[in-house]
Amino acid sequence: MKETVDGIIGAGGFQMIINIVIILLKIAAVVAVALLHVAYATYWERKVIGHMQVRLGPREVGPFGLFQPFADGIKLFFKEDIIPANADKPLFYLAPVIFFVAALTSLSVLPFFNGFVIADINVGLLFLFAMSSLGAYGIVLSGWSSNSKYAFLGGMRSASQIISYEIAMGLSLVGVMMLAGSLNLTDIVKAQQQYPLGIFAIPQILGFFVFVVAAFAETNRLPFDLPEAESELVAGYFTEYSGFRFALFFLGEYTGMLIMSAIAALCFLGGWGLPAFITNNVPHILALVLGLFWFLIKVYAFMFFYYWIRATLPRYRYDQLMAIGWKLLIPLALANIVLTGLVKIWVKGIL
Amino acid sequence: MLPKLFFGYFAVVITVLSILVVTRRNPVHSVMWMLLLFFNLASMYLFLDAEFIAAIQVIVYAGAILVLFLFVVLLLNLREELKADRFIGSWPAGLIVAAAIMVSMVFAINSFVPGPMGTYSIDYIQKETYTKVLGEVLYTEYLFPFEIASLILLIAIIGAIVLAKKRMRS
Repeated sequence: MKETVDGIIGAGGFQMIINIVIILLKIAAVVAVALLHVAYATYWERKVIGHMQVRLGPREVGPFGLFQPFADGIKLFFKEDIIPANADKPLFYLAPVIFFVAALTSLSVLPFFNGFVIADINVGLLFLFAMSSLGAYGIVLSGWSSNSKYAFLGGMRSASQIISYEIAMGLSLVGVMMLAGSLNLTDIVKAQQQYPLGIFAIPQILGFFVFVVAAFAETNRLPFDLPEAESELVAGYFTEYSGFRFALFFLGEYTGMLIMSAIAALCFLGGWGLPAFITNNVPHILALVLGLFWFLIKVYAFMFFYYWIRATLPRYRYDQLMAIGWKLLIPLALANIVLTGLVKIWVKGIL
Repeated sequence: MLPKLFFGYFAVVITVLSILVVTRRNPVHSVMWMLLLFFNLASMYLFLDAEFIAAIQVIVYAGAILVLFLFVVLLLNLREELKADRFIGSWPAGLIVAAAIMVSMVFAINSFVPGPMGTYSIDYIQKETYTKVLGEVLYTEYLFPFEIASLILLIAIIGAIVLAKKRMRS
């Protein structure tokens, strides 16, 4: 087998094909697991917010309403696909795809446990920023191509919000890059092992604060969900979308939340890193499973934080949102960079 | 063989996309082709082992500058560009300039001699990772030009603020 394949495409061809198949299998596994997580993130959100508001949440479909996400998905799939008369059709079709693809592509650089990552690239963190800036196009284009005032205003608001908060988010992660000395997410997780509790959230407490606020704004969630403020803009940029195109925006938004939670877990909360006395004393495979488990707990905790904030805080005004982004978060993140640099030069032993 | 194939693909696609950008009647469609163009340029950088520049290309050009273009186009609400006949055809002049540039390019490429190998060979960069090498060079050897560039950008920012403030007062 190996010889015949090598004979056809040249030496090393067999190994290349095996690698490609392995990567495809990894992609299938990650996308399937991530989409299941997204489906149940919606169920879980409705349950959590329901209980916080003294309601029961979904409970009709299946035991405890557990099949509700599938019922929603099937319903959306069979709904009529309505396109506004004066819409720019190619861009109207393209916008939800861009948004969803940008969210899914980000999954490819996240390490889920030690050694499991689809693309272990050197500039992993920058790749995540690049993909999140691509997602903004999906939003602006959906708003513009719908040819509707509500959608247009929502799209404009969202785009300016995302590009403003992306600066704060990028700067807040510079501290992490400086401490880890790398942009590779696996290296960042490994670098955290030497710090107290195995997390960067303590030495980078300012950066973590800025990151959390910026992450909420980047994913258009409460208290910064002005682009889809129901009382002003119907539903914001996806007002004119229906059926499965709407579902793509919905899936993209929740995938975005999942990715932000994963970045928080990897860069600030120690990712899959376990204490050395556990990894030294249990078999390797068990350590991997425990690491994955530990990582997922952190991601779920951050997702819960999203829901908790949504049930607690009211919406900001748009000028307040911009003032927080430019006048509070960016100066704080810059101060954090200077502080981290000074401490790193002066106190070499600690950091 | 494979590198040449990749290079040929990107060269053709980048040329076609640039032509599409300048020939579309609808400015928003132009901007979208330009987005695709920036992604292809980033792939070209990746192909040259410059992953940091590739990421920055997407973040800065596609993520910031092009979004500003899009804002301007959207706020002006240009649906279709108006097309009117020109009084004077200027294509002969353009053709002469383009031909002159092409001839000088051909001569330049023919007389191209690759310089001597420095410290930063491809193996060295792959071992040390591109980002680290770039940072070291930028903040030691080229620190002064780097600071001058940042100062120029600062002046531009202050200038923009001054212009905006002046309009507000009047």
